Amino acid sequence: MVEYLLTLLMLMWEFFKAGLFAIGGGLATIPFIYDIAARYSWLDAAIVPDMIAIGESTPGPIGVNIATYAGYNAAGVPGAVLATLALVFPSMVVIILVSKVLKKFAENRFVDGVFYTIRPAVTAMIAAAGWTVLSTSVIDLSAVSAGWSFENLLAMFHPVALVLFAAAFAASKIWKKLHPIALIAAGAAVGIIFKM
Amino acid sequence: MRELIKMFLAFARIGAFTFGGGYAMLPMLQREVVERYGWTTESELMDYFAVGQCTPGVIAVNVATFIGYKRRGIPGAIFATLGVITPSIIIITVIAALISGFIGNEYVAHALAGIRAVVCALILNAVIKFWKSGVKDWIGILIFAAALALSVLTPVSPIIIVVGAALIGAALTLARGRGNGGAENG
Repeated sequence: MVEYLLTLLMLMWEFFKAGLFAIGGGLATIPFIYDIAARYSWLDAAIVPDMIAIGESTPGPIGVNIATYAGYNAAGVPGAVLATLALVFPSMVVIILVSKVLKKFAENRFVDGVFYTIRPAVTAMIAAAGWTVLSTSVIDLSAVSAGWSFENLLAMFHPVALVLFAAAFAASKIWKKLHPIALIAAGAAVGIIFKM
Repeated sequence: MRELIKMFLAFARIGAFTFGGGYAMLPMLQREVVERYGWTTESELMDYFAVGQCTPGVIAVNVATFIGYKRRGIPGAIFATLGVITPSIIIITVIAALISGFIGNEYVAHALAGIRAVVCALILNAVIKFWKSGVKDWIGILIFAAALALSVLTPVSPIIIVVGAALIGAALTLARGRGNGGAENG
């Protein structure tokens, strides 16, 4: 019992640190997980690849999914809940502090100017993230790396995925009220029916 | 209290249907918090993503905290954040506890392949919306092009890109201030 409570405390402390120092999104948590696994017996490094696969193939922020999975493996349901809460706590505090500062400078010409140029950059970064998904799921660039032949160009496209991509985009443009959830569910159904 | 619960549920919906991390969450955020509830604007959402990228923690959680705090202070921040993480806790715990073959399952793989194609379309849509409210002039177009090239072609950290864009913005503001110093008063 005492040992279990200690594990929970350690779990919270370690994920608190990961939440405080992992900058740049969910996958930045991975090195912290390896580090934890190396130092404690309650977390096995062998589960990390599964953890990443599950984190990426289930809904929700990847970093949160990883923390929940690791916490569950280390200490059951209480571990899952506490590891996740410990992970998000520091960033919550940081964001609240940043919000207070931004509020103070809301009308500031300088802050306005800075965000004016940040916005196009953020737009580009999201476009790049979309490109990363597109270039692995809808088109396959490795097909043309063998050479620019007609067959290779043709092999570059996954026909079902390409049609689905175009149809989803058209649908979201035509029916503005259509909820993204409906499109995601339709995508899952098409994927299963056509064995994508 | 009612709005806090509404906020929790909205962010739980977002958390439950975001596949592929923070950026994939953007279409859901635009629908729920900008278009449906009007809790924030397209431009503010962009600012939150930029700051969320450079502060510690998971971006999706950071954005949730931002919006919750803006709307309802600290209780809002807590409810929005708990909302976005609750589906993950439930889904992952169930998978870890019950479904040992989840990763190798062929139906899961097929469904995810379909979802990914749709997510691409949703992200494209989200980018168009951001473009409309965030890229105003040729400086914006240049920064967009440079940031896109850097993110796709080089392993440069997103933090560097955000900080770089911020420095350009700061320099331009300074230059403008010096060029027509009296202009802002009038």
